[in-house]
Amino acid sequence: MQIKRIRSWNKQRQESTAAYAFLFPNFLGFLAFTSLPVLASLLLAFTDWDILTPLKWVGFDNFIKLLGCHKEAGHIVANDPLFWKYMGNTFYLMLAIPVGMGLSLILALAMNQKLKGIVFFRTIYFLPTISAGIALYMLWRWIYNPDFGLINNLLAKIGMRGPDWLSSTTWSKPALMIMGLWTSMGGYNMVLYLAGLQGIDPELYEAAGIDGANKWQKFWNVTWPMLTPTTFFIFIMSMMGGFQGGFDAAYVMTGGGPAGSTTTIMYYIYNNAFQWFKMGYAAAIAWVLFILVFIVTLINWKVGGKLVHY
Amino acid sequence: MTQAAIKSTKEAKTKSTMKKILSYILLSLFGVSMIVPFLWMVSTSLKEPGDVFTYPPKWVPAPIIWENYPKAWNAVPFARGYMNSIFVAVTVTFGQVFTSSLAAYAFARLSFPGRDKLFLGYLGTMMIPGAVTMIPVFILLRKLGWIDTYKALIIPSMFSAYGTFMLRQFFMSLPTDLEDAAKIDGCSLFGIYTKIILPLSKPALATLTIFTFMGSWMSFMWPLIVTNSMELKTLPVMLASFQGLYTTDWTLLMAGSIIILSPIIVVFILGQRYFVEGIKLGAIKG
Repeated sequence: MQIKRIRSWNKQRQESTAAYAFLFPNFLGFLAFTSLPVLASLLLAFTDWDILTPLKWVGFDNFIKLLGCHKEAGHIVANDPLFWKYMGNTFYLMLAIPVGMGLSLILALAMNQKLKGIVFFRTIYFLPTISAGIALYMLWRWIYNPDFGLINNLLAKIGMRGPDWLSSTTWSKPALMIMGLWTSMGGYNMVLYLAGLQGIDPELYEAAGIDGANKWQKFWNVTWPMLTPTTFFIFIMSMMGGFQGGFDAAYVMTGGGPAGSTTTIMYYIYNNAFQWFKMGYAAAIAWVLFILVFIVTLINWKVGGKLVHY
Repeated sequence: MTQAAIKSTKEAKTKSTMKKILSYILLSLFGVSMIVPFLWMVSTSLKEPGDVFTYPPKWVPAPIIWENYPKAWNAVPFARGYMNSIFVAVTVTFGQVFTSSLAAYAFARLSFPGRDKLFLGYLGTMMIPGAVTMIPVFILLRKLGWIDTYKALIIPSMFSAYGTFMLRQFFMSLPTDLEDAAKIDGCSLFGIYTKIILPLSKPALATLTIFTFMGSWMSFMWPLIVTNSMELKTLPVMLASFQGLYTTDWTLLMAGSIIILSPIIVVFILGQRYFVEGIKLGAIKG
């Protein structure tokens, strides 16, 4: 009895040692590039530091400057109006998320039948996603050219005068959103929706048919509820991406302009940290972003948990 | 069959044909809108610089200027950029799949003190925006003297909580019979990992490989931050500097874009089946 217990204890110890060995490389990286940097950036958020001169502890100053406001000639003014403006830009650009999800769903519905050439269509729809990045941003900068670009040429054909897309504070954000929709609507989300549609039990439609449901009723009572897990997954991932997005396209196409109209929070963090070397302030913005993402995701889970049909 | 039944099947048939035609129209409309910008890019890339600024635009360039391609290729060291991007993406992918699968095996199959707490810690960090860790990691690399080296491009990206999580979920779904048999035969844990777990997990490993490779290939902000010299730039960053040099030289810019895009498009068309399967798996398990 005694020997057996010692043996099993030995075995357990061996297994633990082996487990730590398996974990070691990953854990080291996790420590060095994720968990310790998270703590470091929290500390950094309470400092003023330009990398070159010694670090200065400033308490809550960064957060007060970022989130606070003061009175100026009788009006309440934010201490950092740019932060709120860029936050507004970030939210504005995220309005494209539900539109894109709708388009992906429509595409998936159209593709979810026995049609010839479906692989051909899927390949074409995926091309923008697979090519996404700087090369496509360059292409779209040309497409949005006010005088000789593709879009304004097409608009001219139907007698409309297109705007100067990327140089107009009104149109710069819609321009980036249209490009984003074009890039992503036939990509990952469409494939996920298609997989979701193919996973729906055909018997459910038959049962609905027997109950006399028409197409529209079948969609709202069978398809839509059965797709809620997919919709929820796409929505959460897109929201998390949206809060942190907008840098690459704006950097290449507009430089964040005109007049800061395409600068997102991520771009503002980049500018603060790597253009102006305000490391402390940049870390504070990053933490505010983190807390915002955390709260929104939490709300999503709470609300989504009730709406999602499993 | 009664007259009415024949009529209703006939009706159903025409209805489904109608539906198919409508679907084809819708699918083609979307398809055309996806393809036209690419055709526009090709058309521009073959024009004489002056021919770009004509109204209405000519879709078929005359004359065709093939020289735009070698000109764009030589404008910045794109060959070097390709080598950098491939080297970085391959090492990052290999490192991530290796470290993630090792850790995932420990989380999925071995028991050790603190396992669940540690795993929760991993999960918790998956929601943290990259912006939070970016600044301290940059400062760390600067202290180590790694800025503007391959190390800065590769090493911080070799570890992934998401990859560990996804593989752990997949490993947990595998049956344990084979492992039990191997244990009785005296196989070591590392042997089980290499000879049983990895071969059984090919779909999950392929998914992680595809996503990590794509992520590294398209990554822009991090390489932009940690590299300065042209010899170290990966393709996206090099393309951005190329644009900086030839801001409105559209024929050259479009030729450069096509040079960068065409290999990816070819690889995608050849391997798209795996790609699509991979997306589904990544979402279900992840």
